[in-house]
Amino acid sequence: MRYAYYPGCSSESSARDQHTSSIAVTRALGIDLVEIPGWSCCGATPAHQTDRLLAASLPAANLLWARDMGLDVAVNCAACYNRLKTANYEVQHQPEMRKKVAAALNRDYDGSVKVRHIVEVLLEDFGVKNLETRLRHSLNGLKIAAYYGCLLVRPHEVTQFDDPENPQSVDTLVTALGGESLDWPCKVSCCGNSLSLTTRSDMVVDFSDAIIGMAASAGAECIAVACPLCQVNLDLRQSNIQKKTGRNYQMPVLYITQLIGLCLGLSFAELGLNKLVVSPSAVIKVVNENSFKF
Amino acid sequence: MTIRIKKGRTGQSLRDTVVQMSGVDLSACYQCKKCSSGCTVSAHSQSPPSEIIRRLQLGAGDELLRNDLIFTCVSCETCYARCPMGIDLVPVMDALRALAVQRKAAIPKGNVPLFNSAFLKTVHIFGRTYDLGLMALYKIGTSSYSQDADKIPLLIGKKKIAFLPSFSPNLKTVKRIFEIARQNKGK
Repeated sequence: MRYAYYPGCSSESSARDQHTSSIAVTRALGIDLVEIPGWSCCGATPAHQTDRLLAASLPAANLLWARDMGLDVAVNCAACYNRLKTANYEVQHQPEMRKKVAAALNRDYDGSVKVRHIVEVLLEDFGVKNLETRLRHSLNGLKIAAYYGCLLVRPHEVTQFDDPENPQSVDTLVTALGGESLDWPCKVSCCGNSLSLTTRSDMVVDFSDAIIGMAASAGAECIAVACPLCQVNLDLRQSNIQKKTGRNYQMPVLYITQLIGLCLGLSFAELGLNKLVVSPSAVIKVVNENSFKF
Repeated sequence: MTIRIKKGRTGQSLRDTVVQMSGVDLSACYQCKKCSSGCTVSAHSQSPPSEIIRRLQLGAGDELLRNDLIFTCVSCETCYARCPMGIDLVPVMDALRALAVQRKAAIPKGNVPLFNSAFLKTVHIFGRTYDLGLMALYKIGTSSYSQDADKIPLLIGKKKIAFLPSFSPNLKTVKRIFEIARQNKGK
């Protein structure tokens, strides 16, 4: 299995751990991620909030480079995933936009390059049954709230990812790892996105508090995420929540690829566990105590 | 609740401009308010999304461009996911935001347009986002130096922020895209 890998800008900063854990997990499973040479930014939310042509052309350029490689695209970041898929959708459904994008890129793009999130790669392309045979450790019933956020699941006709209101992909992976995935109501709530970086970060503190609070009352011992912004907002803002409300959750927020990596027996350094703000020691303890005997 | 609106400027109404820019048909909205119930930010904003549509339907003028929902909207798409008429409000908000910047309406707290332009500036220069540059541009623009200052040592200590920018080798293509988008503005 080979993919053209689109790392996205956050792979070099806030979500380096999502990037390294995905690389480590796929390498361990024999999935080949070949980085798109010279990839550039997808434009993220600021591009579509500013200019539609810019928002479609930036990702389309990267999709064309992937097409030159003759491979489907694999991507980690939910925002990149959403923008790449939106570009595909718009050039497929809006002939006017396709013409404009072709003029901007000096090349026509038909929207045909398949874009897969790493969760889809592991779950659907590689397969849960295959994954289960490779595990060396189990999460042994650890209660995990799978949190999807917005950009993977919405808009559904664009991303076509799972179910938009009650997705199960990350839950299925958690269950395969031996964890107990929880039924809880904030799976697709929004964490506040990039407001976290503006002077309205107070809003993100409220949203994160609502999400983590709901996970905690459902009994969660850990939250599993698949989006860099969700991870940073939920993990980094717990100290602000404590300051504002007195609630001290100490809730570990791990990327699903970090959880898989732990169960595959990969090193903490490869998985970037030291990048987490809230210590994942409770999760690591469970993993260490539950090894499969061979 | 009574909604009072000011009559729009003469010429093309704000509604027609927004419909044209977004490609979204606002006449289909019958005010079920599912968008407002699900909206992530409406409790923190001046108006819920259904009210923005109602105001546009009733012929609101440029005073609507000062409504802070346009700037607190995080494009989470929950409104669209739940709209029985399939009205996508995100492109509508994008259009209103662009018009607010273009027509120099007052920008509320948070200054999202400045954040967006700082973000895109780093992409224009490097081909990829440069967080430190983005934060510097935004903090200078908003004089919000103390905001979340406690997070910076943590982010640097955990290497969650890169000191040096990363350049895309395809910078020429990126610059070309920005140039063509600029030329296309308003077309």
